[in-house]
Amino acid sequence: MVKYFLGQSVLRSSWDQVFAAFWQRYPNPYSKHVLTEDIVHREVTPDQKLLSRRLLTKTNRMPRWAERFFPANVAHSVYILEDSIVDPQNQTMTTFTWNINHARLMVVEERCVYCVNPENSGWTEIRREAWVSSSLFGVSRAVQEFGLARFKSNVTKTIKGFEYILAKLQGEAPSKTLVETAKEATEKAKETALAATEKAKDLASKAATKKQQQQQQHYV
Amino acid sequence: MNSVGEACTDMKREYDQCFNRWFAEKFLKGDGSGDPCTDLFKRYQQCVQKAIKEKEIPIEGLEFMGHSKEKSESSS
Repeated sequence: MVKYFLGQSVLRSSWDQVFAAFWQRYPNPYSKHVLTEDIVHREVTPDQKLLSRRLLTKTNRMPRWAERFFPANVAHSVYILEDSIVDPQNQTMTTFTWNINHARLMVVEERCVYCVNPENSGWTEIRREAWVSSSLFGVSRAVQEFGLARFKSNVTKTIKGFEYILAKLQGEAPSKTLVETAKEATEKAKETALAATEKAKDLASKAATKKQQQQQQHYV
Repeated sequence: MNSVGEACTDMKREYDQCFNRWFAEKFLKGDGSGDPCTDLFKRYQQCVQKAIKEKEIPIEGLEFMGHSKEKSESSS
């Protein structure tokens, strides 16, 4: 399950001023949480576009309750990559930014398109989309599946137990057959619980490796 | 702004100065050829890539501009 964000901003400066400022915006009074900035890749393509990859480290600020839940994450800064394509001929820039650690907890991806404002060519418009996701959703689904499966197997045992004791009270001596039936029911319930545990384990590991698989798919 | 590699900050600032000048005066005006900053960039990269490896920052094998598949609201 992913949370989606869509927004738009306008900067009252021309596109070339904005694109130049993009590379000079750190540090600024609003960026105290940004600790380091590095260009780790840069090239000019044959069709005169500038491709860059910028590595940022930022502080990992979490609310107090999150720090208690995820103590292992507190000590580590967040590493973020920002890929960008500057196209001066079309006067546009596209960026894609995401975190490359703390990913098991949460991934935030942002895609921006910068272009000339259609109403005022001296202004620049930023169209921004973001996706916030967490693999913790997969874990809670696995817990639910397991809880339901175990409950169902307990219902089977409840009914079998009732039938057993009713037969006993209604005068039928607890024959070998009844005891054998009870034994069979317990075995069946064990098998159901085992199958349910396997399914829940499978769901949980799918949720954990899903992000890993996505990372592997990126390998160039 | 500091580099993630403490020893690389000066090299980074030198490169940034060169780049910002070239970017505004040449590249944005349509002249993307003749990048005068290649030597500075090489020196800076040697330093910062080493720091990244030492700190085990996982920047390898990540597709440029992220995954291209469609994003959806559904869980998978």
